[in-house]
Amino acid sequence: MDFDLSADQQEIKTVARELLASRSPMAKVREAALAGTDDGALWTELVELGWPGIAVAEDSGGQGLGVVELATLIEELGYACAAVPLLPVATAAAAIQAGGTDPQRERWLPGLATGELAAAVGRRDLAAGAPDAAVAVVLEADGAVLVEAPDAEAFVAIDPTRRYVTVAGAGEPLGPEGTHLVLAVLAAGVVGVCQRALDMTLAYVADRRQFGVPVGAFQAVSHRCAQMLLDTESARSTAYFAAWAADADPERAPEASALAAAAAADAGRSVAASAIQAHGGIGFTWEADVHWLYKRAQLDAALLGGAGRHRAALTALAAGRVGAAA
Amino acid sequence: MDLTFDPAETAFRDELREWFAANPPGPEPTGDEDAHYAWRREWQRTLAGGGWAAVHWPEAFGGRGATLTQSAIFFEELGRAGAPLPANVLGLLLAGPTIMTYGTPEQQERHLGPIVSGDEIWCQGFSEPDAGSDLAALKTRAVADGDDWVVTGQKVWTSGAQYSKWCMLVARTDAEAPKHKGLTYFLLDMELPGIEVVPLRQITGEAEFNELFLQEVRIPGEHVLGGVGNGWKVALTTLMNERSGLAFFLQVRLRQQLDAVIREAGARGLLDDPVVADRLGELHLKAEVLRLTAYRGLTAIEKYGQPGPEGSLTKWMWSEANQQLTQLAADLMGPQALRAGDPWAFELLRARGNSIEGGTTEILKNIVAERVLGLPKAR
Repeated sequence: MDFDLSADQQEIKTVARELLASRSPMAKVREAALAGTDDGALWTELVELGWPGIAVAEDSGGQGLGVVELATLIEELGYACAAVPLLPVATAAAAIQAGGTDPQRERWLPGLATGELAAAVGRRDLAAGAPDAAVAVVLEADGAVLVEAPDAEAFVAIDPTRRYVTVAGAGEPLGPEGTHLVLAVLAAGVVGVCQRALDMTLAYVADRRQFGVPVGAFQAVSHRCAQMLLDTESARSTAYFAAWAADADPERAPEASALAAAAAADAGRSVAASAIQAHGGIGFTWEADVHWLYKRAQLDAALLGGAGRHRAALTALAAGRVGAAA
Repeated sequence: MDLTFDPAETAFRDELREWFAANPPGPEPTGDEDAHYAWRREWQRTLAGGGWAAVHWPEAFGGRGATLTQSAIFFEELGRAGAPLPANVLGLLLAGPTIMTYGTPEQQERHLGPIVSGDEIWCQGFSEPDAGSDLAALKTRAVADGDDWVVTGQKVWTSGAQYSKWCMLVARTDAEAPKHKGLTYFLLDMELPGIEVVPLRQITGEAEFNELFLQEVRIPGEHVLGGVGNGWKVALTTLMNERSGLAFFLQVRLRQQLDAVIREAGARGLLDDPVVADRLGELHLKAEVLRLTAYRGLTAIEKYGQPGPEGSLTKWMWSEANQQLTQLAADLMGPQALRAGDPWAFELLRARGNSIEGGTTEILKNIVAERVLGLPKAR
């Protein structure tokens, strides 16, 4: 039993944190958001580093690592709120790697792993990705499907730090591995959003003084921060359980991914909302940057399909296990 | 990252499951507290006979020398087998490890064996009427008289005091010193003259806890643990053990209770009710988060020697989940769950204590805010 990142996985995460901190500080995120475009220079650099193909097999041009490694990158991407299409491209590639047929892999993986092809990931009515997506992986009621050359229309969301589309077009089913993987990776991104919201809040409430003391000294504020930590760590425990299960334990993957999705969909929104509240008046301003996290969290929750459907799925799973009749 | 048990852990679990199957604790007596206690005491003797009473203790002290993960497996399997915690749980989890850390060889020789066998039961004399969350404010006085200490004061929330031979007692030996510095930790023989145990009736109607009145109780100097004036440090060792020990047992109990509620919901045809399904799903999530968080904490201790940020959260999460679970059970079952004497009525009321005992949720949040998040000391 070892529920922690390995030394190599931790190294990937640390390198990603440092790289994104230097290349994509909030000022850059804001710049891209105001322009309504991705950060092209950063995307070029990430492609050169091989990030889009991190979980794609080496013989398809990827790095041959697993879902946990992909999850660490997406977590850090969420932490930075970086304006690059890594989530759709790398996740679509990993989902096709895990749940696709050989012809699907041959058709899509080389182009996605090298970042030459654009992709979309999410649901029919909302997916992360650009209208030029060559392929989309969307979650439907029965699981993930692959849509070739989707009819993708731009969806201008409240979150301008990423591109979004709606997806039409016939889908070919992907294996259940694809579904579990997409949910796990989306949840990992929310963990990063939560952690950033918490870190920004901790810095702010230690610095901001009222009544002669830092506002973080008031229990009404500090207990809110403790709740933010609890929600963040709950999302983290379930997201990494799901990422690990997507790699290593297909039997537990359906439950693990539902746990991760249910935890992340709620945690992201409530932690980011708490960040706005704990920042007080400044938190409601455009300049304060916490709103990017709140908007990401709202969109991530929608990509996950909301927490409710996953809680219902968990109840059905648990009822089946104890032999309770529905 | 590997969330499976290694072969040694799997072998340990299988051996334990086999042993539990061959040595079941027998049916739980209902109603009478003394009978319930006798059942748990007999269960400890059975565990000790099989060498399973103190799995986490070093072999030199009569334990099994289990790793932290094996110890976690023990508590998970104990809960899964429907077995109770052994009668001397405070001795095994709190007094024993504290004596191992701070006891003299004589104290270790004298006390550790009877803790494992269950021959001598222990209770904990920390809290006082005016010293709950602010434990260091305790007022029970110990005055030196020759080699002895003469102790007068009052303790509260001492569970199992009526069955105990020994008590972990913290008293003030230096009234002039700053409040954390003037304390001393004693091993109190409950048969000494001047001790009165008064049952404390709880909102459930039961008396799991007691008040403990000490009137000029004469404790021999050799029963000081860890040195005079060192009581705060020794007590913290006890409290640290309290917070890490029970997480696995509690999360399995929560799981079992939740499974029972799911069966009740199924029997009533309520699993398709969206509101019920949503609340059950939320609890399933909380139960799993608790299990996963407990394992993350275990990995952190094994790898880094201390729990990570998640370690301070488990008790808080568990109490919240258990309160939510018992309320949902009562909602599903309707008035039946509010009938006096109904087991779910008991659980509903008992759960209110969960967010108070062993550190209130408010204090736990302060600890998280100050020690984990590094926020300024609360006001």
